Amino acid sequence: MKMVTAIIKPFKLDDVREALSDIGIQGITVTEVKGFGRQKGHTELYRGAEYVVDFLPKVKIEVAIADDLLDQTLDAISKSANTGKIGDGKIFVFGIDQVIRIRTGESGEDAL
Amino acid sequence: MEVKYALDTFYLLMSGALVMIMALGFAMLEAGLVRAKNTTEILTKNVSLYALACIMYMLVGYDLMYSSPEGGFIPNFGSMFSFMFNTTGVDHTVEALKAGTAGTYAKSADFFFQVVFVATAMSIVSGAVAERMKLWAFLAFAVVMTGFIYPIQGYWKWGSGFLNTLGFADFAGSGVVHMAGAAAALAGVLLLGARKGKYGKDGQVLAIPGANLPLATLGTMILWFGWFGFNGGSQLIVSTVGDANAVAMIFVNTNMAAAGGLVATTIISRLLFGKADLTMILNGALAGLVAITAEPSTPSALSATLIGFAGGSLVIFSILAFDKLKLDDPVGAISVHGVVGMWGLLAVPFTNSSATFVNQLIGIVVIFSWVFITSLITWFVIKLVMGLRISAEEEYEGADLSECGMEAYPEFTNTTK
Repeated sequence: MKMVTAIIKPFKLDDVREALSDIGIQGITVTEVKGFGRQKGHTELYRGAEYVVDFLPKVKIEVAIADDLLDQTLDAISKSANTGKIGDGKIFVFGIDQVIRIRTGESGEDAL
Repeated sequence: MEVKYALDTFYLLMSGALVMIMALGFAMLEAGLVRAKNTTEILTKNVSLYALACIMYMLVGYDLMYSSPEGGFIPNFGSMFSFMFNTTGVDHTVEALKAGTAGTYAKSADFFFQVVFVATAMSIVSGAVAERMKLWAFLAFAVVMTGFIYPIQGYWKWGSGFLNTLGFADFAGSGVVHMAGAAAALAGVLLLGARKGKYGKDGQVLAIPGANLPLATLGTMILWFGWFGFNGGSQLIVSTVGDANAVAMIFVNTNMAAAGGLVATTIISRLLFGKADLTMILNGALAGLVAITAEPSTPSALSATLIGFAGGSLVIFSILAFDKLKLDDPVGAISVHGVVGMWGLLAVPFTNSSATFVNQLIGIVVIFSWVFITSLITWFVIKLVMGLRISAEEEYEGADLSECGMEAYPEFTNTTK
């Protein structure tokens, strides 16, 4: 089992969610996050004074999947979140030791 | 005649109610332009100052302002504590009305209309000293300002004192209300200092963005709305054709000046900064309103628009200049009400031939000096007694916690101890 964590541009969230639904993903977790990468921050203006916004808003998606879905999932996210411009984000993949569905007590891939 | 009396009384009361909602306008504007951690405190200040202003004006302010000798300089302190005992029995009767010895509206309507102006002047102060002043230091100042400082200069003009005799013109209070409030605010800011983080080590001006621009916009539009009572009501009478025409013109001009001021700041902020800065644009509308307040009845609609436009143009450069001087005014109150208030007073002779530049200048110098100096002394005494400023740590945590013990937007709370 794998945990796929993707940092994407917020306006791409709907596209990514649809792409993941299309390949049969049952659930995702979404968090609004802030950070910086190569895109860095940008400057804004308030009453004539410039200020730097170091951390840009991004969306973090977490998807827990069975091993055989990994390639499709990475492909779906990469394609749907891509704009070709700087700041599109990154995908991280981790292994999962155990999964338990709280309601039924099912575990392993049955719980995904 | 009785209908006239009833109509004018009604008009004055409804105008006063419109001005009352300006207290909400200031509260929302200021709540929008401070950071979230100072929201509860600024709201507390705004509602408390309103209530304090009402009580102080009832106890001593109204008497000082309107029961003092005509053409005089020193108010009649013996008159204090008298309005507070009035009941309907002392108001005008039908017989007095018929005999021609009564006023054209109820005395208590006059009190109500005047008391909301005092609160407006005090509201101006709260924005300028926001985010760093102790709540109780501010409230102590509000007592002195609304009970004495404001009513005494109000007496000089609207209470038939020496400025009125001189021929100084200030229809609805560009000077008596707005510049007076700004002068008190300036004195406070001088003794208080800037917010931490407003000016960098090399003197550069840093941005401290306001937390909620929808609230700031709501507040500005509420002020714009309330201003129809502020200026329109200042005609005091609506029951004759001449007065009704004047009131209609005042509504038109008040509205046009705000529009002119808003357009001016939109254009200038685009030219100066490359973007349309909403906070400046909101200040522009208010600047237009302040500018027209000294004389909203004589200009044409076009002149009113231009007077407002000039006020809006002035306000941006004034805000930038005060920042250069390191006088930190989070909402731009000193620029909007003080600098533009002066412009409004100086613009009166353009459209009103009975006013002169010399008299307007004398009025500006007298009112500004009086309010500034007495405020400076008052702030200084408060500073000695209880201190003006919250500690650096409290300022970092926010005045909401240090002054009110609660946050405006609490999260992760539970009610157990």
